[in-house]
Amino acid sequence: MYFLVTRLVQASIVMLGVALVGFLVFQFIGDPVLALVGQETTIEDREALRERLGLNDPLLVQYARFVGNALQGDFGISYSFNRDVSEMIAERLPATIELVLLSGVLALALAIPAGIYTGIRRKGGLAQTIMALSVIGVSIPSFLLGILLILVFSVWLNWLPSFGRGDVGTFLGIRSSLFTLDGLSHALMPAAVLCLFQLGVILRLIRAEMLEVLRTDYIRFAWARGLPGRRVYMHHALKNTLVPVVTAIGLQLSSLFAFSIITEKVFQWPGMGSLLLHAIGQSDIPLLAAYLIFVGLVFTLSNLVVDAIYVAIDPRIRHGGR
Amino acid sequence: MTGPLLEIEGLRITFPHRFGDFTAVQDFDMRVERGEIVGLIGESGAGKSTIGNAVMGLLAQPGRVSEGRIALDGQDLTRLAPGALARLRGRRIGMIFQDPMTSLNPLLTIGDQLSESIAVLQAVPATQARRMAVERLAGVGIPEPEMRMRQYPHEFSGGMRQRVVIALALAGDPDLLIADEPTTALDVSVQKQVLDLIRAICVDRSLGVILVTHDMGVIAETADRVYVLRHGKRVETGPTPAVLGRPKADYTRQLIGAIPRMDKRETRFSDPVRRVGEIDRWLLQGQSSEATGDYLSTTPLTMDFANPRSGFWGRRSVFRAVDVSGLSIRRGEVLGLVGESGSGKSTLGRILIGLQKPSTGSITYADHGALAAIRSAPARKAFRRDVQVVFQDPYSALNGRMRVDRILAEPIRYHGLASGKEVGRLIGALLERVGLPPESGRKYPHQFSGGQRQRICIARALSLRPRFLLCDEPTSALDVSIQADMLALLMELKRSLGLTMLFVSHDLAVVRQVSDRVAVMRQGRIVESQAAEMVFEAPQTDYTRMLLETAPRVEGLHALEGTLTERTPV
Repeated sequence: MYFLVTRLVQASIVMLGVALVGFLVFQFIGDPVLALVGQETTIEDREALRERLGLNDPLLVQYARFVGNALQGDFGISYSFNRDVSEMIAERLPATIELVLLSGVLALALAIPAGIYTGIRRKGGLAQTIMALSVIGVSIPSFLLGILLILVFSVWLNWLPSFGRGDVGTFLGIRSSLFTLDGLSHALMPAAVLCLFQLGVILRLIRAEMLEVLRTDYIRFAWARGLPGRRVYMHHALKNTLVPVVTAIGLQLSSLFAFSIITEKVFQWPGMGSLLLHAIGQSDIPLLAAYLIFVGLVFTLSNLVVDAIYVAIDPRIRHGGR
Repeated sequence: MTGPLLEIEGLRITFPHRFGDFTAVQDFDMRVERGEIVGLIGESGAGKSTIGNAVMGLLAQPGRVSEGRIALDGQDLTRLAPGALARLRGRRIGMIFQDPMTSLNPLLTIGDQLSESIAVLQAVPATQARRMAVERLAGVGIPEPEMRMRQYPHEFSGGMRQRVVIALALAGDPDLLIADEPTTALDVSVQKQVLDLIRAICVDRSLGVILVTHDMGVIAETADRVYVLRHGKRVETGPTPAVLGRPKADYTRQLIGAIPRMDKRETRFSDPVRRVGEIDRWLLQGQSSEATGDYLSTTPLTMDFANPRSGFWGRRSVFRAVDVSGLSIRRGEVLGLVGESGSGKSTLGRILIGLQKPSTGSITYADHGALAAIRSAPARKAFRRDVQVVFQDPYSALNGRMRVDRILAEPIRYHGLASGKEVGRLIGALLERVGLPPESGRKYPHQFSGGQRQRICIARALSLRPRFLLCDEPTSALDVSIQADMLALLMELKRSLGLTMLFVSHDLAVVRQVSDRVAVMRQGRIVESQAAEMVFEAPQTDYTRMLLETAPRVEGLHALEGTLTERTPV
């Protein structure tokens, strides 16, 4: 418990830091007053506006106000859309989350068994093939893969739609395109493209860690105790393999959010990524700052979850031992 | 059943290698009866563990049995299919390894691991397996087995852990137990209890035991018969008293001779210095031989570590690792610091040379003043030059990516002790001084054996012409014959260079050989401190007496060397 509370405090500090960066973006990139007013506004009017917006207050006060607003979900008004930023994010977020979730599940579902298999049968033909494919997975750029997939499955075979998000269904009160067949067929290709890199990385991580664990004394002792192979691999080896791998997986999966920008653009996916590209193009600073804080939050939260999983699987942390 | 339990004939184990096969064991014959403990002894690389692994069918890849047979009750294990051999593991043959910490899965409770073994090997349902597990834990002498079942390996002490490992190895009621260095990682007082347990199990269950070890004392106290191995070949065999008491082979005699004795100080370590060579003159420039008195003295010292288990909001509970009332070391003196693991001896050593800051107290060096007051860069540099360390593990103490001559040259250059051209010559001479060929500098650390690496570590420490040397268990990672060389070298250096030393060790016999004065530590306190001979001849505290009594003895063997009488009780 102590461990988790400490991590929670650390996470809040990290988020304050991220908010500071977002805040500084406001301070140093462009003048919000210039963006809001027309050319004929007088200098007096501009000053009055500046005063009204609180831009003449000390930096610390402005920062505190920024953090306070952000905590209430208020990130200001987008320059280019003239709409509430938090409203726009709420609109786009579900699409990105479902894409990231689907590709994360795909990556884990394929990488964990494949990593274990290649770790155990490291000289077998199938294992060698998987390893060779994983190299391709980590080295092919995602936009190229996306275009190739569209060419093959949409243009030539005409099996899958090439762009956009499909129908949205409702299940247990959650609205998502993953609950309809049409939605899934739209999400499959972008999710596959997004997961391929993670798949290669996680697979290789698990395999390397598995090889390491299989060399340890307690695995030798497990064999010497006469335990059957399935138990040695799936119970003793796998659990120990996961301890270090969980951290890496947490980071990898949160970076899916970052990677999704390009994939969303290629597949015209109406998520956060395309919103960000638009914000960059238009120098839409409130939108940029909100996105920055949001991605920081995703990373921080997933690290917290990783720490919690850590505590659950490793008794040495739970008991405060070494 | 008639016939021996295990019979090995003409065993040959080879490890295929691209530069030709390496033969780890050859022409090896061995026999183990029920209810008998057979010792396999030899130095590292002798192939003794390889034999144990071969019996288990767990040879490290790509090793294989290329000739001979291993028969368990007449059934040749080398001809069995891997699946059939796997079914024998745990059920017919059990094995325990050296380090009980790494033998247990850190993520599962002791109860889970033990009942898992019982459920699989005895084919009983989980609830019954759990009940049996509690009985088994009690059977190997673990108090409160019900509660202990729910704990994880890291919550057990070393000795308790090894008991758990023994219970695990016996979960399938095997007929043969292979114990590979079962007590090497344990303290002496615990070692005796674990050996007694193995002895008792062997008798009660009429279990055949193969005891693999490098420790003559363990063999002398436990084994009925012994096989001496060297380079994968049998050197000598016979009943333990006969082999260790009146060895026929020269190698066995050498091995026994190399063991430091606890009953007296050997003369061979105090041979007069050979010659004062050029390198000695260079090394001696660092010394001011006329000064006398204390080299180092301390006020009362304590060292606290925050207990990580303490509550989040409340007071931090602390663990007091060191709590000594003061300490001094005279110039040219060797102070031996002994104690069991966790007694705080290494921590105290690190505090004395400023690697760790004590919680309270201060240390004063005669040449440098108070340790806490050494602040300026030049003062710090001068202090670091005078005070050097030799660590326990020579494998991790040297940077594997640096050539030995660069390892040795770095400190000399940094402290500007010699000019560019001179350094090369000095390094050659230094290596020679510690008994290595001068051209060894061209090689990398991994090309040396453990003993040679420790010599390099000593050479590195000496290259700064130190006045004070902290030796933290410098020989415990080494074989006895190399250990004897190391001790002789340290003693010779002390004599010729007048080094002041703090010698930290858990091995009483080793400490006796090198120390002028001995301090015994227990739970962070110094419980006894007096002239080395007095500690061994007239110990003042019960704790010291207990340490002396539980240490494995080879003196009986030494006494037997000439005459073949019963072992003298010690």
